[in-house]
Amino acid sequence: MRKLFLPLALLTASPLLSAARMDIDVEIPRLDVAEYHRPYVALWLEQDGRHVANLNVWYDIKMKDNEGEKWLKDMRQWWRRSGRTLEFPVDGVSAATRAPGVHNLTFSASDDALKGLQAGEFQLLVEAAREVGGRELLRIPLQWPIDQQQTGEARGSHELGRIAATLTP
Amino acid sequence: MKTFTKLGLLTLATCLSFSAHAHRSWMLPSATILSGDAPWVTVDAAVSNDIFYFEHFPLQIEGVGQPFARPGAQQPPQAADGKPAPQPMQRPRASLQIQRPDGSLAQPQFGNTGRYRSTFDVELDQKGTWKLAIANQGLFASYELDGERKRWSGKLEDIKAAIPAKADKLQVTRSSSRMEVFVTSGAPSEQVLKPTGKGLELAPSTHPNDLVQGEAARFVFLLDGKQAANVKVTLIREGIRYRDTLDEIELTTNDQGEFSVDWPQAGMYWIEAVSSMPVKDDSPVTQRRDSYTATLEVMAP
Repeated sequence: MRKLFLPLALLTASPLLSAARMDIDVEIPRLDVAEYHRPYVALWLEQDGRHVANLNVWYDIKMKDNEGEKWLKDMRQWWRRSGRTLEFPVDGVSAATRAPGVHNLTFSASDDALKGLQAGEFQLLVEAAREVGGRELLRIPLQWPIDQQQTGEARGSHELGRIAATLTP
Repeated sequence: MKTFTKLGLLTLATCLSFSAHAHRSWMLPSATILSGDAPWVTVDAAVSNDIFYFEHFPLQIEGVGQPFARPGAQQPPQAADGKPAPQPMQRPRASLQIQRPDGSLAQPQFGNTGRYRSTFDVELDQKGTWKLAIANQGLFASYELDGERKRWSGKLEDIKAAIPAKADKLQVTRSSSRMEVFVTSGAPSEQVLKPTGKGLELAPSTHPNDLVQGEAARFVFLLDGKQAANVKVTLIREGIRYRDTLDEIELTTNDQGEFSVDWPQAGMYWIEAVSSMPVKDDSPVTQRRDSYTATLEVMAP
C-alpha cells in the first residue's frame, strides 16, 4: 500500500514530474532594408497588469564594454516594467540576438518563471526594437494553470512576424 | 544697434529670474531614460522665445565654454556726448549643479557656448536618478524719478544708497528661480528629489522619469518647503514650430499644493510654475516672485 501510494502522490502533486510546458514560436521577419540589424527582443509574462517574470531578452551580448546594453531601453515597455531594475547579463534570460526566421522556445511549467503565476488569465508579451528601425509590442492572453491544451497567437506588422504560444498539459 | 546690444544683455540678465516674460531659459537633455553601464547625456541650454528652439541667446553657465559676448559688445558704446556710456547690467554666468543619485556632485564635460546655445555632457557614472539644476536669487526694484521709470537690481543692504528717497511708486521684488532636468540610468531613485526648502520646488509623487502618455502624473509644488496652493502651472510640449497653436496646458495647484496632468502626447515638455505674492514685513521688499521650470520627458506607452 505504501509502496503504491508514494509514486502516485508524486505523479499527481509534484510539478517536477509534470511534462506541462509552454512552447513559443517567435518569428523575426526578413526585412528588405538598406541597413539591417537584428532586433532586440524581450519576452515576459504579466498578470493583472503586473510584471511576473522574464522569459528571454535577446540583445547584443558580445559587444565590448557591454555597449550592447545601451539600447535595452528601446524596448521601452519592458524596460519600464522590469529591465531598468536588472543587472546584466541575467542568468537564463540574457541571450544573443537572432536572425530572421522562426525560433522555437520551450519553457517547462516547473520553470521558475512560470511558477510565479497565479491561477487565471496571464499574458505573454513580446517586444522588439531594432537599430535604425522601429519597435513593436505584442501580447497574447493565456490561462494558468495548464489544464488543457491552449494556443494563442498574435501577428506583428513590422518588427515581429507571427508569435504563437502553445500550452500543453 | 547700441540699444539692441544693451537690451540684449539686459534681457539675458533678467530672464533667468523673470522667465514669465517672452524669453525663456531651458535645458534640453538628449535622453532622460538610459540603459547601459555608464551612458552619457548631452544637454543644450538656451534662452529663447520658442521653447526648445535656438534663436536668441545661449544660457551662459559657469564652467561651460567661454563667456559669450556679442561681437562688438566688448567696447563700451559711446554716449551722445562722446564719453563711454554706462555699462549695461551684467550678471555672472549661471551656476549649474549636477547631482549624482547619491547626492555627490559631478562636473559638466565638453562644454561649449555658442551664439545660440550652450552644450555640455554628463557621464552617468552612477545608477539612479540625476538632477541638473540652476537656481538663482535676486532683488529687483522699479520706481519713478521725476516721472521717469527706473530699474535697479542689487543687494538688499544697498537699496537705501541706490534709490533716492524721493523715488515714486517703488516696487522691490525678491525673486528666486529654479530650473531642473532629471535623467535616470537604470532604475529611478529618490534621493535627488528631496526639496531644498528654498523657493518654489517640485515634489513629485510620480517620478519625473516615469511619465507616460495617457497616464496621469501627480506632483506637488512647495514654496520654501511648504505646500504651495494656487500656483499657476504651464506645460508646453516640444515641436511648436510644426503646429498652429501652442496647446499649452494650464493648471493651478489645489489647497495641498497638488496638481495632476494627464499627458495627451509623448514628447519633451517644458513646465513652468510661478508664485507671486506681496511681502509685508519690515524690509523694503514689497513682493516676492518665485518660479520653477523643468524639462520633462513623457514616453509613448
